[in-house]
Formats: sequence, structure tokens, C-alpha cells
Amino acid sequence: MVNHALQTDITEPGRSKGDSVPGHPARKALDSTPGAARLKIVLIGMNHKTAEVELRECLGFSHEEADAALQSFQDAPAIAEVVLVSTCNRVEILMATPSPEAAVEAAKTYLARSKALEVKHFEHALYILEGDDAVRHIFRVAASLDSMVVGEPQILGQIKEAYRSATLRKSSGVILNRLLHKTFFVAKRVRSETGIGDHAVSISYAAIELGRKIFGTLEEKKVLLIGAGEMAELAVEHLIRHRSGTIFVANRTFERGVELADRFNGRAIGFEEIPDRLKDVDIIISSTGASGFILNRNQVKGVLRARKNRPLFFIDIAVPRDIDPEINRLSNVYVYDIDDLKDVIEENIEDRNREAARAERIIDEAVIRFRGWYQSLDVVPTIVALREKMLTIAEGEIRKTLAHSLSHLSNEETAALRRMTDALINKILHDPTLFLKNDGCRGGKSVYLDVTRKLFKLDEE
Amino acid sequence: MTFLIIMTILFYILSTAEYLVYLFVQRDRLSKIGYALLAAGFFWHTLLVGYAFLRSGSIPVHNLHQTLSLAGWTVTGFFLAFHYRYPFKLLGLYAAPLAATMMIISARLPMEPDRIQDSLKSIWVVFHVVVIFIGEAALAFACGVGILYLVQEHAIKTKKRGFFYRRLPSLEFLDNTGYACIITGFTMVTIGLISGFLYAKTVWGRFWSWDPKEVWSGIMWLFYAVLLHERLMVGWRGRRSAIMSIIGFLVLMFTFLGVNFLLQGHHGEFTQW
Repeated sequence: MVNHALQTDITEPGRSKGDSVPGHPARKALDSTPGAARLKIVLIGMNHKTAEVELRECLGFSHEEADAALQSFQDAPAIAEVVLVSTCNRVEILMATPSPEAAVEAAKTYLARSKALEVKHFEHALYILEGDDAVRHIFRVAASLDSMVVGEPQILGQIKEAYRSATLRKSSGVILNRLLHKTFFVAKRVRSETGIGDHAVSISYAAIELGRKIFGTLEEKKVLLIGAGEMAELAVEHLIRHRSGTIFVANRTFERGVELADRFNGRAIGFEEIPDRLKDVDIIISSTGASGFILNRNQVKGVLRARKNRPLFFIDIAVPRDIDPEINRLSNVYVYDIDDLKDVIEENIEDRNREAARAERIIDEAVIRFRGWYQSLDVVPTIVALREKMLTIAEGEIRKTLAHSLSHLSNEETAALRRMTDALINKILHDPTLFLKNDGCRGGKSVYLDVTRKLFKLDEE
Repeated sequence: MTFLIIMTILFYILSTAEYLVYLFVQRDRLSKIGYALLAAGFFWHTLLVGYAFLRSGSIPVHNLHQTLSLAGWTVTGFFLAFHYRYPFKLLGLYAAPLAATMMIISARLPMEPDRIQDSLKSIWVVFHVVVIFIGEAALAFACGVGILYLVQEHAIKTKKRGFFYRRLPSLEFLDNTGYACIITGFTMVTIGLISGFLYAKTVWGRFWSWDPKEVWSGIMWLFYAVLLHERLMVGWRGRRSAIMSIIGFLVLMFTFLGVNFLLQGHHGEFTQW
């Protein structure tokens, strides 16, 4: 990180010029409030709420494009640190910059240039957030509170991936590193302390969840896939991940069946074999284009005795339905069609939204904590904290010494001793203080402040 | 004695309350506290039973007060042990109030036994009673698990789900747990009955004397035997097995209490009041 900060200084020699305070820099820095070179956190982005899908497709970055963008942003004088997150639902450009306006301008210009689109065509969809708002936003995104499906788990991985690219490019520095680490921490906390990711919100996953409520474990449960289709195949994949038993595939065209069976490492069977197979499979996923029912009540009733009444679970994803709903009335047999599964999902989404409120509180707390750290990057509090730490140590030692080996000293002698330690501390801290106050470290000031705080353990955490 | 009864009831009620809170706020810690409270109640209960044992010189089943107390003790003991093998936390919500109710009823009954027959001061009787009571406690749990199975099955079948759906384990787990209870209960009851027959032979010279309690025990035993047989042979499981274990427990309750109230016999003094 330190390396990087130095490197940006070299590549952008003129950057801190605008920020340096004329006159006595050391003297000035003491009374000026925000540190002269302190970077501000700015976020510019758009998501599924602000931009229609065409625009999102157009502005999205592939992995290589994102990398090129990072490179280009690094060269922009206004941008000190940058992380770029791009998924199918959002583009987020997170920056640390000495001048937010210029950074935002640079980002916009780059978007327009690289996507061959005029700024005015996409400007309406952008949101620009600064400081706490930007921090809160990235926390919320990572915790999946800002997702189209609240609580979906992929987004965290995507942000981690984006951050990895940024670290490889060394485009993220001390501020964004800290921010992203906090982001991952917060997202993890939200996930473990709230039920936001608990309940299935996709058809195939809802089916798995139900299966687990029936069978307990899906291990070694045999599966019969009738027909094909994205959702059905996804469900089978989920089942395989839960270490299900043999997968049988029945398809009208046997060839297609064999193909699918190969994919799942399963066995293809003929369509007419289905009723017979019901004797030993446990989960049936049906998704054919048939206009009528493929299985009726009597066919299933006939096999129950042979199965010794072990439960059977039908997942009917087809429209129109494949499985006669009457089958659900048989003992130990459960039939769920696509509408039933959608109901499950809706309930789960309501639950997640309730949990989201708890997540917001965790995030509020994290934003406040982060603000605390961020403000500590100011020069004055750091110097004061450093001094206080030294004084506390010195005072403690003096007391110990006076109480024991030097207990015979008179008041004047004690005072002299104290004056001496004060002078010592002043002398020791003189150069570091000057260094931190000075513009000598320019754009990398936050790095040195951070190092100082870590070196002397000034943050109680 | 009164002190021991109060402490037992107090801890059983506290445990019930804790498990109730656990039902609403699903935190593992709560169920652990509930379990610990129940164990504490069991400690006092053991002292109570031990004290009664020492005073009468034999297993304390000389009136309904003592019999209910001993039955409650086996219910708690069975749950505490069973929980190790089948960690079904919500079952505490069945065990704790059941034990509490039995103790409360027991406490309100007259406590002093009238007479103690010498024929009952035998180790055989102790064995007979303890084994049967453990078996009956197991069957009580089979009934409780059966009820929960029906609740969960209804939730899945009607696609309504809701409050209990989230909190109850899978049907398969409930079914297996119920089955384990029935197997344990049936084995214990069988052993208990056999020991009873043997003891009757030594005391009265005959195995079977058409005492109403014996007859009803026989009916109960046959009922569970059929249930197990059907399960193994044709796979009576799930819903049907759950309903049967509830009915079976009703038969058991009648054998345990009803017979003594409504009919006469040589088991009568155990439940007099």
C-alpha cells in the first residue's frame, strides 16, 4: 500500500500542488481543519433502480475492460485510488480523491469515451455519493441490501473479485483498502447476524429447501428428471451439490435424454419407463412441453406399496402442468407446482425484507466506526493522540520511580524531573510532528498518518 | 418433602417458559438453558423420588401422588437421555410442560399412602415398575413426536407452511425419531410385562389372572406390536404411523389411569387417592 502511494506520487507529480497551503505549512496545518492532502471518498455509479437494462448492458465492463479502466483512472490526476465494480445489475466506481468534482468529471469522461456514448445520454442514471453516503452505499451493496433480490449472495463475491483486480493493479490505496476490508467485514456480519440470506428466493432453490424439509438430507436420494429446461436443470445441479443419488433422465427424444444424462453423470431412460421408475426414485422434477398430465393418481398410487410408503416429492415446473395435482392427496406424496414454489419465494422475500431492517442498523454502526477512522487520518488528532500516549507512558513511569527508588526527592527535584521528561518527549516528537504536518509527504499523507497510528497503536480497537 | 416438590415444579415451569421463548426466538442458547433448567428440575425430582423410596422401603407407587411423580420423573429422565441421540430441541416444549403438569397434579393429591403390602417390597416389583415406566415415557414421546409430525405434514401438504414449518425439523427426522421412541418403548414395555408375569407366578402361582390392568396392557402391547409389524412389513410410516402412535398413547393412558378408576384389580392401590 505504501508502495502504491509513492508510485502515484511519482506518476502524478503535480497533484498535491493545489492542496498545499501557502505560507508556513506547519503552522497552517495545525489550525486548518481537514488535512490538506486528505483524500475524499466519492462513489459514482448506477444500478437496476436508476438505469434501464439497455443502459446497464451498454455501460457494463467485462473483466478486461474493467482492468483497462482501472489503468486509465490511475493516470487521471484527480483520482488517487479507485475500485471498479461491474455486474449485470450495477456499475460502481469507488474513488478516493483530493477533489471530488474533478474525479467525477474524469470518470464520466472515461465512461463516455470508452463506451462511445455521450455523457448526456447516461448522466440521468448516475448517482454521485460522497463521504458517509458513499461508505454507506458500498456497505449496503456488499451486504446485498441494494440488490434486485435482497439477500442474494453473489454480489459479495463480485465485489471481492473487483477489489482483487484493483489490488493487482495497485489502484487501491490506504483508504479504499481499509474501506473494502470493512465492507467485507460488514457484509459477513450482516449475513451471519440477520436472516437476510436464509430463505430461498429462486424457484430451483425453493424446491431444494422443500425437499430438505421432507427428506431431511438429500444425500443418496434418487432423482428423476422428466423433460428439460433451464430451471429444471438448475434444480438438478443443486441436488447434485447436495450429493443426491443416481439421476435418471427421461426425455421424449431419447438422444436428448442421453445428452442430459451424460451431463449429470446419470442414466437416460425411456418415457414409457417412468411409472416403473417411480418405485425407486425419491424426487421427480418435471418440465416437459406436454399439453396433458404425464402422471396420474393411479399410476403413483400403484407404486406406493412397493416403495414401502417412503416419501415421494414431485416438483412440477411445467406450464401446463405435467403432474396431476390429485397426486398430492396420496399419503406421503407431495406435489409442488410452479405457482406453489412462487408462493414459497414470495413469503421468503417478505422475510428477507424484514431482516433487511436489522441489517441497516448494523450498517449504520459500521459507517460511524469508519467515519471515526477516516477522521483520525487528520493530522492534528494524530499528533495529539501520539503526544498523549507518550505523556501517559512518561507519567506512569515517573510515578513508579518516585514511589520506589526516588521516593526521597523533594518537590523541586520532582518538578525538575517532570520538566526533563516533557522536554524529552518534545524533542523526540519534534521531527515526526514536523514531518506529518508538513506537506513533505504530499498525496501520501494519509498513508503516513495511518502508519503512525498503527505503529504507536493509537486506535483502540 | 414439600420443599422438594416445589423446587421440582419450579424448575420444570422455568424450563417450559425457556423452551417457549426458544420457540419464538430461535436461539440455540435458549434451548440449552431450557435443557439445563429441566436437568436441574430432574435433580430435585430425583431427590424427591429417592426420599420417598427410602421412607417406604420400596418403589414409591403406593398412591396416585407417588405414581404420577415417578412417571413424571421417568418422562424427564427419558427426555434428558434421549436428547443426546436425537437432538430435537423443540421436543423440550413437549417434555417440560408434560413433566410440570404431572408434578402439579401429583402435588395436589393426598400424599400419605394407606398401606404397604409386603408382596410389593421386592426387587422384582422395582424392576417391573421402572422398566414399564421408562417404556411408557418413550411411548409418550412417540405420541408427542407424532403430533409434531402431523403439524409439519399438514404444513407441507396444504402448502400453507407458516410458523411451525420453519421451526420443525424434516418429516424424515420426525418419522425416525418417533420410530426410535416406539421401538424403545415397545422393548421396555415388553420386558416390563414379562417381569410382571414372572413375579405374578412366584407370588400368586399364575402368570396371568385376567386383572383388568393386565388385559389392557395386553391390548396396548398388541396395538404397538401391530404398528411395528406393519411398519416393517408394508411400510406404515409417516402420517399413518404418527396417527397410530397418538392413538396408541391414548390406549396407554387408559391402561395407566382409566383402568384403575373405572375397573377393579390388583393394580388398584397404585392409583388410589
